[in-house]
Amino acid sequence: MTKSPLRHLSRIPPIWMILIACVAFFSVFADSFFAIGNFTNILIQTSTIGLIALGMTVVMINGNIDLSVGAVVALAASLAVGLQADLGIVPAVLVGLGAGVALGFLNGMVVWKTGVDAFIVTLGAMMGVRGLVFLYTGEQSFFSMNFAYADFGMSSIAGVPTLAWVFLALTVIMHVVMTRTTHGRNAYAVGGNREAAENAGIRVGRHMVANFMLVGFFAALAGITLSTQMGASTPNLGTNYELWVITAVVLGGTKLTGGVGTILGTLGGVLTIGVLRNGMNLMQVPAFYVLVVMGAILIAVLLVDARVNRRVAGEVKL
Amino acid sequence: MRTLAHHTAAELAELAPRAPLLHIDGVTKTFPGVKALDDVSLEVRAGEVHALLGENGAGKSTLMKVLAGNHQADRGQIHLEGEPIRVSGPHEAKHLGIVLIHQELSLAPEMTVAENIFLGSLPRRALGFVDFRKLYADAGRILDRLGCRFAASDKVETLSIANRQMVEIGRALVFTPKIVVFDEPTASLTDAEKVVLFDVIRSLQDENVGIVYISHRMDEIFTLSDRITVLRDGAVRGTLETARTNEDEVTRLMIGRALEPRSHARAREPGPVALEVKGLSCADLFRDVSFSVRAGEVVGMYGLIGAGRTEIAETIFGLRAPDAGEIRRDGEVVSITSPPDAIAHGIALAPESRKEQGLVLGMSCRDNMSLSQLGEVSRVGWLDRSAEQAIYDRYAVRLSLKSPSWRTPVVNLSGGNQQKVVLGKWLGTAPKVLIIDEPTRGIDVGSKAEIHGLIRELAAAGMAVLMISSEMPEVLGVSDRILALYHGRLAAEFDADSVTEDALVQAISGL
Repeated sequence: MTKSPLRHLSRIPPIWMILIACVAFFSVFADSFFAIGNFTNILIQTSTIGLIALGMTVVMINGNIDLSVGAVVALAASLAVGLQADLGIVPAVLVGLGAGVALGFLNGMVVWKTGVDAFIVTLGAMMGVRGLVFLYTGEQSFFSMNFAYADFGMSSIAGVPTLAWVFLALTVIMHVVMTRTTHGRNAYAVGGNREAAENAGIRVGRHMVANFMLVGFFAALAGITLSTQMGASTPNLGTNYELWVITAVVLGGTKLTGGVGTILGTLGGVLTIGVLRNGMNLMQVPAFYVLVVMGAILIAVLLVDARVNRRVAGEVKL
Repeated sequence: MRTLAHHTAAELAELAPRAPLLHIDGVTKTFPGVKALDDVSLEVRAGEVHALLGENGAGKSTLMKVLAGNHQADRGQIHLEGEPIRVSGPHEAKHLGIVLIHQELSLAPEMTVAENIFLGSLPRRALGFVDFRKLYADAGRILDRLGCRFAASDKVETLSIANRQMVEIGRALVFTPKIVVFDEPTASLTDAEKVVLFDVIRSLQDENVGIVYISHRMDEIFTLSDRITVLRDGAVRGTLETARTNEDEVTRLMIGRALEPRSHARAREPGPVALEVKGLSCADLFRDVSFSVRAGEVVGMYGLIGAGRTEIAETIFGLRAPDAGEIRRDGEVVSITSPPDAIAHGIALAPESRKEQGLVLGMSCRDNMSLSQLGEVSRVGWLDRSAEQAIYDRYAVRLSLKSPSWRTPVVNLSGGNQQKVVLGKWLGTAPKVLIIDEPTRGIDVGSKAEIHGLIRELAAAGMAVLMISSEMPEVLGVSDRILALYHGRLAAEFDADSVTEDALVQAISGL
């Protein structure tokens, strides 16, 4: 059984097969798809969702979820752009990031101390924070008066956009965190069996709070990088992002029930969404077809996943 | 033969007394890489209790899943009342009169007893409205028949485990069953509750239902069954008349060798007191409990389910806060408010239900073992994989863990090997006190003796062991001293060498 090729096959997130298929398809059928310029384009486009997805993966492996990420995107972007005239760019950005982390802390503490489901807690946070953003901005968009801010969003290093580098570097770091550190191992243990993790001496509550802070940080960072791309922020920024992020993470093989998931899978999920959007856009497919295709792929991936899991389980469980 | 099917079970029994009601003939089932069932044949007569025995992984559950239609056999045939049947799924099986009563109860706790009994077959009126009057009347009749004292309108969540089991059995009676399979039905029942269950089984027998009874417990099998079929490695090793065999013969068939007599290398000279508990109380769970465990000694804690045994263990391990009392380690009072505190004071807990509380099932054996000591196998949060591997290699050998590889998820191991992973997890932290709750629950006979041996070895190496168990032979065979618990109070303390079974039973029953 251990030699069965199916085992190894099942360890590669199935989303990568779909990603390769999508790339191959668009390379043939979409004229300007297969080009370095377009690929860097995709990387920038996906980096926003991608950054949040890195944090969301950990929270979901923990068996929790964070629906407030879209609102945090708007909050962090508004703070970073709105405060930079008074504080300067770097302090304003730090305030934006700090707000994301602080909100994550709050989410985590409420989930830990009250035992209320993360879905409900962060649903409340999602609405509340969005309201705060509208209050703070007075429903106005903010524009950055300092060109250095927008320049950063457009800059590139060695021909690759800086924002893409940021995303790729953080992906590698998160992959290492999840596979090689105690924090990562604890995340799987807490999501896999919370009681057993507790009995093994893991401080489950603190661990979960740390991960909510992590996803808050990533959401805030995504909001700030997004605002550097536009040189502006709007109070509606990041609307529905939580759904795209969760879609990407689930496409990547992370289970809503916790304990299962990988950063590499999430990267595959994020890229698949990016490639589909970009490729269909190049083929001039209307945007709502993109949604239909995306929905179909989401369900198809889950079906394949369930199949493979059932077969692997049935193989040894007598 | 066709006409036979039209007779009721009772008439059938008159026509051909003790004729095979169910005949499983040469069933083979292969999973990729494993032959789970190899040419298995089994006969169940009407009104017979047929015990099915075998170690975990011997093929019992696969066989029953084939019978219930969860799996399809590769080869072989099943005959019910002489007619060949094809069971395509559990629904089909139910309508044929084959009912499985699962070890893990599958009830909806928020619904009433009646709704649970008739789940999936609620009596209906026109337009699909539920006929509640008929529902509760029918359910009431079924409960009467089972001699249950709770009402059909009670919510399942308010019932004890034993009563929930009764509801599950009640479900089987909705369709006048011909074959009822009990899978480890007594795993969570007290002795009094077992008596009720056995009465129910006997009354089913009187109605000429064929019973398949799967259990690890020899005493039950010998009280209940007419015949015993033993499975090992997916094949039938023998079918015996219960009246003409004994435990030794059955065990030999089951594990393929004779069980070594229980070695009882008691510690000659127990060391100093390692754990002492004084006046420990917690709400209405337990009151004023005091005892001590010495290094090198196994202290058994015996009592009925609900006597507060597990709660005492959880309090010592920091999972519950006591109202009063103190805990001393090596003579010093310690404050333990969380598992990490307990671990820091050299205390380990192997919990009652391994799967729910002890293991992360989807994780590999190695990762489960290192889970309690990630701090030791890492530097500033960075895991040292070779150190983790060293832990696994060391304890896999020491505990003779049988696992295909270190990366095998523990969910795929047998109960005995899972327990070894739990033990391995704790041994790495070099605990001075090991609390082990129901060390062999749901574990087959062969592995049981092995786990018992391990516990004795650990004590011999100087560990203080507190062993909670509801199995008399285990408590008597493994412990040096025995604490008897009754209703949250320490009823008596015995020396294991001199105590009699009667004295123990009386102590835990409050006599």
